Amino acid sequence: MELTVSDLSVARGGVPVLSGLSFDLKAGQALVLRGANGIGKTTLLRTLAGLQPALSGSVDFPEDAGAYASHADGIKTQLTVTENLAFWADVHGADLPDSVFKTFDLEDLRTRLAGTLSAGQKRRVGLARLGVIGRKVLFLDEPTVSLDAFSVKMFASWLRDEHLGQGGIAVIATHIDLGLDLPELELEPFKAAADAGGGSDEAFL
Amino acid sequence: MRAADLTRRSYDARAAPVIALLRRDLALAVRAGGGFGLGLAFFLIVVVLVPFGVGPEAEVLTRIAPGILWVAALLAALLSLDRIFALDFEDGSLPLLATSPLPLEGVALVKGIAHWITTGLPLTLAAPALGFLLNLAPSAYLWLLLSLALGTPALSMIGTFGAALTVGLRRGGLLMSLLVLPLYVPTLIFGAEAVRRGAEGLDPSTSLLMLAGITLGSFALLPFAASLALRVNLR
Repeated sequence: MELTVSDLSVARGGVPVLSGLSFDLKAGQALVLRGANGIGKTTLLRTLAGLQPALSGSVDFPEDAGAYASHADGIKTQLTVTENLAFWADVHGADLPDSVFKTFDLEDLRTRLAGTLSAGQKRRVGLARLGVIGRKVLFLDEPTVSLDAFSVKMFASWLRDEHLGQGGIAVIATHIDLGLDLPELELEPFKAAADAGGGSDEAFL
Repeated sequence: MRAADLTRRSYDARAAPVIALLRRDLALAVRAGGGFGLGLAFFLIVVVLVPFGVGPEAEVLTRIAPGILWVAALLAALLSLDRIFALDFEDGSLPLLATSPLPLEGVALVKGIAHWITTGLPLTLAAPALGFLLNLAPSAYLWLLLSLALGTPALSMIGTFGAALTVGLRRGGLLMSLLVLPLYVPTLIFGAEAVRRGAEGLDPSTSLLMLAGITLGSFALLPFAASLALRVNLR
């Protein structure tokens, strides 16, 4: 299990935002992306996850190992917490482990409709999805938004023990400190020059 | 025996995500409302309004009934199309599905099938009762049922493609109607023609075969087109 990024350039709306990125993550390693708002953290994560094509360079990780998570959790408000998680488990051909409710402090919310949850509780369901689908390479965009300090700690310990500890890989964009002492990558030096390639017709190709 | 068992199991493993998505979409349609009921109520209203517009003469109604029923079914199917992908796009499910083991082609196919079950199927079953309101010729009931059963899946699949093209656009619903309605023309022509021929006691099998062809063709090709459109719109 390895994530290899070599000489990657990414663009948003046809405008290059980051270029010349290279890094290498082995099983059990994580990388935290740092940079000001708008530097291209989300664009980079979406490109890594394969949701948008790279301008140049390559991203390599084993097929069907990656998962993307952003602030939009894909939680259906008309379904219960269990139904939401069971759906993602089924789609990924995984079982819904009972332990996940305990890990993400959802025991009391199992049968609640997701629409009645608070923002932070919803976020916990969204993060619990990562514990359900069993993907090894995670691309996390601001995973701790709207979580309280206790839940951040809970998520951090899940990430350390059950994901990275089990040979997982994670690339995380976050503004807060997870308290895990993870290596950081400052994106400022990789900022692309304003006129560096990228056609105006990119959106149509 | 064992080999067959193994094939069976791997087939089940591949079908599980498809069934999970279909079940979720049907559950959402039932719970969120606007799935089963809305299209059907719209169909009923349109058909009931027609006699007020054209007058109550039974002969006129008999003559226009096949066309009215088909146009009303088509509009009712159109009504819920923009929800097919829009809801999943808004809450972020779509990028998550795109990175799941389920290919986007499969997602598009399941969405089309779910849309048909929630709109096309109830429309087909309700149509004979509404044919009665329009004084449809007795010999045409069977062909009405058959032509809708064969044709409405094509309406759903073509509509899914239209929804994939316009997902993520603000107020994409109107644009989608403009894109999709012209694509509905062949289905409408052969659907109404089958019922008309049935009403006149002629053999409608050519029209029905064409309808079946359109449906099979759209199910074979449009999931691929829809998934390409989704990929572009997800960027």
